[in-house]
Amino acid sequence: MKRLLLPALLLASFSAHAVEYSNVIAEKSQIVFTSKQMGVPVDGKFGKFAATLNFDPAKAEAAKAQIDIDLASVDAGSKDANDEVVGKGWFNVKEFPKARFATTSVKALGNNRFEAKGQMTIKGKTREMTVPFSYKADGANGVFEGTLPLQRTQFGIGEGPWADTSVVADEVPIKFRLVASPGTAAKK
Amino acid sequence: MTVLRYTRTAMLLHWLIAVLILGLFGLGIYMAGLPLSPQKLKLYSYHKWAGITVLTLALLRVLWRITHKPPPLPASQPHWQQLAAHAGHGLLYVLIFAAPISGWLMSSALGFPVVWFGVLPLPDLIAKNKELGELLKLVHQYLNYSFLAIVVGHALAAIKHQWLDRDGTLSRMLPTLNPEENRS
Repeated sequence: MKRLLLPALLLASFSAHAVEYSNVIAEKSQIVFTSKQMGVPVDGKFGKFAATLNFDPAKAEAAKAQIDIDLASVDAGSKDANDEVVGKGWFNVKEFPKARFATTSVKALGNNRFEAKGQMTIKGKTREMTVPFSYKADGANGVFEGTLPLQRTQFGIGEGPWADTSVVADEVPIKFRLVASPGTAAKK
Repeated sequence: MTVLRYTRTAMLLHWLIAVLILGLFGLGIYMAGLPLSPQKLKLYSYHKWAGITVLTLALLRVLWRITHKPPPLPASQPHWQQLAAHAGHGLLYVLIFAAPISGWLMSSALGFPVVWFGVLPLPDLIAKNKELGELLKLVHQYLNYSFLAIVVGHALAAIKHQWLDRDGTLSRMLPTLNPEENRS
């Protein structure tokens, strides 16, 4: 094993210039959101999601990503809210257990800032979404942070009396932080 | 009967706070039992706005009280009743602060910060902590039951003195049409 270490380190230092991140490390990644109720910001998060990623900072245009969020894993800030949002008027997780965001194109904006365009699918409705994000290297890993500018009413999240955006704001920005390791270090 | 009265400012603060806290008791008990709905979220917000308003008015009131001597209790009142009145008022002053502050603490701990009238975000007094939040919820509840009990006692005592003893205790907190008697 020791004899393999030096070549491996050398390889790593070479590939640092043309690295492709392709393994999202779930334990280090997170997806959180902030809903606004009567003007009060309330933090929430999704505990379970799966993300795939192919991102080479030198070839951002070729990058691809897909995030599947397990909607039943939502923590909307209180037990009452958690029981409510999985129900029919909100996510309706029985019929639509997952939300999916899949990129269609990625554009480099310079300065490690990027912009992904993609399709968000929730509750059987698909909408185009533009997602600004940043990239930075953290040791061997790449860290991707950005915000999905979700407008809940576009997807029928919160129907009937809950559609009133003066109580629960339409904008529910979803912030993600994905940590991915390079493909060469893939653990299967 | 000529009585020495509280200042008009003290009366205004007293009655304004009285109306607000009676409304808050009722609203608090009613809304806590509601199933989650937009209406419930609205009521919780109104409750929090009114509670912070009480806290602000209570601050003003204490400042006013420190700088303006209240009229004496009727001399006809037995000593023990005067002592009981002072003790009761002391407790009311403590609870008028403790009740809204416990609500504010509870909101902070439960992760639902207070945004006064939907525009002014108040700082969180403590960090989010579910268990502590549930505990503070109970604290808020029992403080307010005690508060309500003392308010009821305070009102009954005032009624007793005014209409059974006819010693003019309540008149001290009521405005009069006679301009000579008004203090401002």
